Amino acid sequence: MNKKDYVNLAEARMARSPCLKNCIMAFVFGGGICCIGQALTDVYEMLGVPQDICSSLTSVTLIFISGLLTGTGVFDKIARVAGAGTLVPITGFANAVASPAVDSKAEGFVMGVGAKMFIIAGPVIVYGTAASVLYGIIYYLVGII
Amino acid sequence: MMDIIHFGDVYIKASASVVGQKEAEGPISDSFDHLIADEYFGKDTFEKAETEMCRLCINTLLSKAAVSPCDIDVMLAGDLVDQCIATSYAAKHFGVPFLGLYGACSTSAEGLLTAACMIGGRKVRNAVCFASSHFCTAERQYRFPLEYGCQRPPTAQNTVTGCGAFLLTDEKSDIAITEGIIGRISDNGVTDQNNMGAAMATAAFDTIRRYALSKDIRDIDLIATGDLGAEGFGLCSELLKREGIKLNDRLTDCGLMIYDREKQDVHAGGSGCGCMASVAAGKLIKMLEKREINSLMLVGTGALLNTGSVLQGESIPSIAHAVVLKKV
Repeated sequence: MNKKDYVNLAEARMARSPCLKNCIMAFVFGGGICCIGQALTDVYEMLGVPQDICSSLTSVTLIFISGLLTGTGVFDKIARVAGAGTLVPITGFANAVASPAVDSKAEGFVMGVGAKMFIIAGPVIVYGTAASVLYGIIYYLVGII
Repeated sequence: MMDIIHFGDVYIKASASVVGQKEAEGPISDSFDHLIADEYFGKDTFEKAETEMCRLCINTLLSKAAVSPCDIDVMLAGDLVDQCIATSYAAKHFGVPFLGLYGACSTSAEGLLTAACMIGGRKVRNAVCFASSHFCTAERQYRFPLEYGCQRPPTAQNTVTGCGAFLLTDEKSDIAITEGIIGRISDNGVTDQNNMGAAMATAAFDTIRRYALSKDIRDIDLIATGDLGAEGFGLCSELLKREGIKLNDRLTDCGLMIYDREKQDVHAGGSGCGCMASVAAGKLIKMLEKREINSLMLVGTGALLNTGSVLQGESIPSIAHAVVLKKV
């Protein structure tokens, strides 16, 4: 059997991810996190915090909760069920930074925590920044026209 | 090309196994010597934990065989942590001549095969072989940080936290190592590191086929592959069937034996050097001792990738070494 036939055989027999279940879970958990975010914003507004600061404060609170749940070893257990539901909101980004930091502490604060903290989030920051620059240029050019 | 190596006067005097919590919750937990719930094994890092697990396993082996380290001629071992540091650190406690091995998850079979060659060739009188893996060290090194929240595909396997050790001697005992096959590298084009069973299935098939071409494989009561998992096991069975090699229920896989895939969150089954090492040193040796089977072929399967080769889009080279054990 040649390589191509074998890879085709392996792929044909391969167990598939439960796509529908994953989508429903992502919808429920992702939606749930957004609802919590909205509730936090409403609470901050009720407390008299200016509206523009409310959204920043909500993000900070969600990041804090994610960091705490990562450090206590709960986040990954939720994410195993929630999938993209916890990955896509800011909670996923917070976990992507906090988890390598927690994981690398045995290698020291400089070459461990410091060096490895952005090992997962690094590409998101790099290409996120690059995309925003590109967006800025397009926005500027469209403005001239 | 030499297919089957025949050994004379190589025996397994004793075996020992140590596993972690998840393996202790599996269906064959009563066959292991030690079940340790603490994933740190009382240490402060996972790498030190794996070393401690190996040390405990060797100490158990030596006490079961009633020998001291100064009676051992050579120690052969390997693990998955970069440059095999877990087994190297463990070996330093014993002051025994040491050979480090790397065969990924085939290491336990590679160790038995190499030691059998040394004893059979009368270069040494005895040898300790061990191999280990730890879920947390492997996960950190090959995949993501332990606390990172992600879903794994159903083809992925769960690295076994376990160590298995054997004492081989030239003195007659109940179980003999009679034959061995040195595996050939198989590269079947699979590039998905989350489907290592598919990558290794052709290597296991090749080794079993080489045996079957030279000898009657029906003489072997049980053939246990290392860690093909559900994916690889299915593929290997399919390839053997197409080749006309009928094994039926005489073919099994240590990665499928160690966990209950229905109840435990392990996806396609167990993997890692410790998978075959602990299952062979625990359950399979006991099956031979109790005469539930009289002959056993261990086919240690290894996916010889590293994190860089995967990122560079290379396919996964795999290997499968085999040893045949017989009840005397």
